[in-house]
Amino acid sequence: MAKSILRLTVNGAEREDAVSGNMLLLDYLREVVGLTGTKTGCDGGECGACTVLVDGRPRLSCISLASSCAGRKVETIESCAQGSILSRLQKGFHEKLGSQCGYCTPGMIMAAKGLLLKNPNPTEDDIRDALGGNICRCTGYVKIIEAVQSAVAEGGL
Amino acid sequence: MSDRKQPADAMPAATAAPMVGRRAPLIDGVEKVSGRAQYTADLEHTGALVGRIYRSPYSHAEVIRVHVDEARALPGVVAVITGDVCDQPFGILPIAQNEFPLARDKVRYRGEPVAAVAAVDEATAEQALRLIRMEVKELPAYYDAEAARAPDAVNLHDDRDGNLEREVHQEFGDVSAGFAAADIVREDSYECAEVTHVHMEPHAALAEYDAERDRITLHSVTQVPFYVHLRVAQCLNMDESQIRVIKPFIGGGFGARTETLNFEIIACLVARAAKGRVRMILTREETFLTHRGRQRTSVKLKIGLTKEGKITACDCEVVQLGGAYGGYGIVTILYSGALLNAIYDIPAVHYNGYRVYANTPPCGAMRGHGTVDMRYAFECLLDAMACEMGLDPIAVRRANLLQAPMTTINGMKVDSYGLPECLDWIESASGWKERRGKLPSGKGLGMGCSHYVSGAAKPVHWTGEPHAVVNLKLDFDGGITILTGASDIGQGSSTILAQVVGEVLSVDFNRLTVIANDSRITPKDNGSYSSRVTFMVGNAALDAAQQLKQVLIEAAARKLEANPEDIECLGEVYRVSGGQDPGIPFKDVVTEALVDTGTITVKGTFTVPRAYQGGKYKGAAVGPSMAYSFSAAAVEITVDDVTGRIIVDKVWVAHDCGFALNPLSVEGQVQGAAWMGLGQALSEETAYHEGLPFGPNILDYRVPTIVESPDIQVKIVESIDPNGPFGAKEASEAALSSIIPAIANAVYDAIGVRTKETPMTPDRIMDAIVKHERETKKAAAVSAAGRISSGDAA
Repeated sequence: MAKSILRLTVNGAEREDAVSGNMLLLDYLREVVGLTGTKTGCDGGECGACTVLVDGRPRLSCISLASSCAGRKVETIESCAQGSILSRLQKGFHEKLGSQCGYCTPGMIMAAKGLLLKNPNPTEDDIRDALGGNICRCTGYVKIIEAVQSAVAEGGL
Repeated sequence: MSDRKQPADAMPAATAAPMVGRRAPLIDGVEKVSGRAQYTADLEHTGALVGRIYRSPYSHAEVIRVHVDEARALPGVVAVITGDVCDQPFGILPIAQNEFPLARDKVRYRGEPVAAVAAVDEATAEQALRLIRMEVKELPAYYDAEAARAPDAVNLHDDRDGNLEREVHQEFGDVSAGFAAADIVREDSYECAEVTHVHMEPHAALAEYDAERDRITLHSVTQVPFYVHLRVAQCLNMDESQIRVIKPFIGGGFGARTETLNFEIIACLVARAAKGRVRMILTREETFLTHRGRQRTSVKLKIGLTKEGKITACDCEVVQLGGAYGGYGIVTILYSGALLNAIYDIPAVHYNGYRVYANTPPCGAMRGHGTVDMRYAFECLLDAMACEMGLDPIAVRRANLLQAPMTTINGMKVDSYGLPECLDWIESASGWKERRGKLPSGKGLGMGCSHYVSGAAKPVHWTGEPHAVVNLKLDFDGGITILTGASDIGQGSSTILAQVVGEVLSVDFNRLTVIANDSRITPKDNGSYSSRVTFMVGNAALDAAQQLKQVLIEAAARKLEANPEDIECLGEVYRVSGGQDPGIPFKDVVTEALVDTGTITVKGTFTVPRAYQGGKYKGAAVGPSMAYSFSAAAVEITVDDVTGRIIVDKVWVAHDCGFALNPLSVEGQVQGAAWMGLGQALSEETAYHEGLPFGPNILDYRVPTIVESPDIQVKIVESIDPNGPFGAKEASEAALSSIIPAIANAVYDAIGVRTKETPMTPDRIMDAIVKHERETKKAAAVSAAGRISSGDAA
């Protein structure tokens, strides 16, 4: 398939890349940009492991075309920490054991970040709603809820 | 480093903060939450070929020919291989290796690997797969145990008549006398659907063949790199020393990755054929097909009970539909029988187990291996019998407790036993006495118990080596590196090993680094299965740390001109006990310890003594463990009697893990296990139509989401096992099994209906309700008719 120039912002940096029209955002981020924090967990839209933010809103990068992000701001898990200082949300997941094997974690954190961007004081039900599309097979979700709540208690994003 | 406030030569605090028993976050957690953790698919792969697998569209067929010439001729295709490249069967059990990486004479399930390609890119590899076709003679295929065991059924494997992979017949104690002594004897049947692991990371491998030196380096998602190492050597007919296996971060396992899996060997075979590097990432659908999950199980169970609630005997028949190949099957069917014991005091147990081959993807080990479906049946029938006799189900459990230390009738030793405390806690936390049977209609409380091994006392590959080996390296910089072959699959084993070593050496946690799972660097380990790592590898780490401590104490004694036995170690300070001298810091002790020897390496080992390795009967090797964990769970549910939907409102689970080396981790493991049980109880089920999976994806295979997952309150019970490291034992499997019967028993409390199938989906609950109503009406009609006729007679 013919390639065209895609201009967008990834984690604050403006980029121009030649990508084919059928390239998925997930593959673009992982294979072209080299950001492997965003994970593939399924064959398309089943698990939420690939969640990124597009203009601040959670998006499944495995069922989004890279070209649909032209002119937009894409944020991945790699954008959360400041250098090696973890964000409160990341710290919450780390310290409350909201992450065991870690594979769903980047998507889970980005979905939670999307929630806190629009709702800095979510209730438990708000958290459940916002993370309803993200499957975790390790934790039973109890500590994921605690992780998000602890980030909120510490001052949010 | 530069912002450290403390001058480098200042004396550290002369106190030792406890390292075990602490809620320590995972030692590799920062990598996971920052996206820096590298899983197999994340590894650098510039120039690697894309590997893909062609899979059988047939359930059961003789393979006449696999046509690959067109695929081979496609530009961009570097290698195409078929079953011709490997005539070595593999399998986890040395006595049951009957699977080829790529099918040869026969295919036995839809989705079985038949050929593999390596191509320059994804599109070419895909196109090559479309050019491959099979010429076959189809055979009758079987998808349930009854059809597979029919007298005229064709054998899947020539050496197994009646498609019976293994039958087990065991009797301990006098079963007929036991039933004769009972006040009631009841028998019932239970059906459990097949379930699968759904670890979040799809299977992946990166295999590099060095043609100049005839070597293979494999990165893979395995829980047991050492098995993979052996099987790759076997199937590629290479010397084991020429193979290197590395496990990067892995996204869960739950038992799926304890066996060496076909794709790992195929990746190596196709890399060798292509004389280069091949990256093989399986789709989610292929991950479902690779399977090795919990088999479909039928349980027929009979229990004898006295009117006081004492179990007098038990007779259990288990039929497991194991799928197309042996895998772990023999172990699974033996576990079901062995673990009828060691939780309650049952004087007589009769067990018949049948593991059956069928034309579905192979089953294997899954969290709670072999015990879950049997335990579900047992706890359900016990509950029903308790209710029938008007006894409290918790009181019935209490009437059958073990007195540890003890040896079971089938030769398993139970030294520590925290089940009584588990029962006490779920009883009070759930408000059992006040609330059971008294909740509003549609709401119910139920409970169940379970247990599991802390590592199999007899490893699968018995070589006479210790059960576990850990190396520690201490160098000039004062850093301590823990080298282990134990796979951290998310359960936190690397963190536990660091805590054990840190506790013994009383050093700052940041001095410790864990390097795991590179066969060139780390010692061999039997792997992460049967919940063995904390107990066995933890004990080896303890041994290594104690040896290193002795080296440090002797060095401090030299430096302080004192006797080693007079040296005390407080945090990172070594000093003469009772003296006035402030002592010397850790780094000076290290410098002294390295004089004349240089870098220090110590090796710790752990071996399970013979006395714990089980009896002498056939199959005795499966079940024995040096310690057993115990769980009890109570659940509160709501049943919608119009839709049949079950909502789990709350779960209370108490788990006896001996000693919680890391209470945060134990809670996480127990919650995860209980929740996984909830999935099997309510919604999870692999289903096939003539061997074709209905929904090999995470939408159709219903893993519970965060929306319907309840709060799970955990109580850690610490029975302090005499042989566990600091008293610790298993923490991540037992809690799964108690949840499933607890939910079924809660359904009875809620609506008075007994369900005998999992998952308890709305349609099955509705069927059970309708059946119950019909039986109730019939019984009422019969009794009314009886009254009328007796009235006539009067």
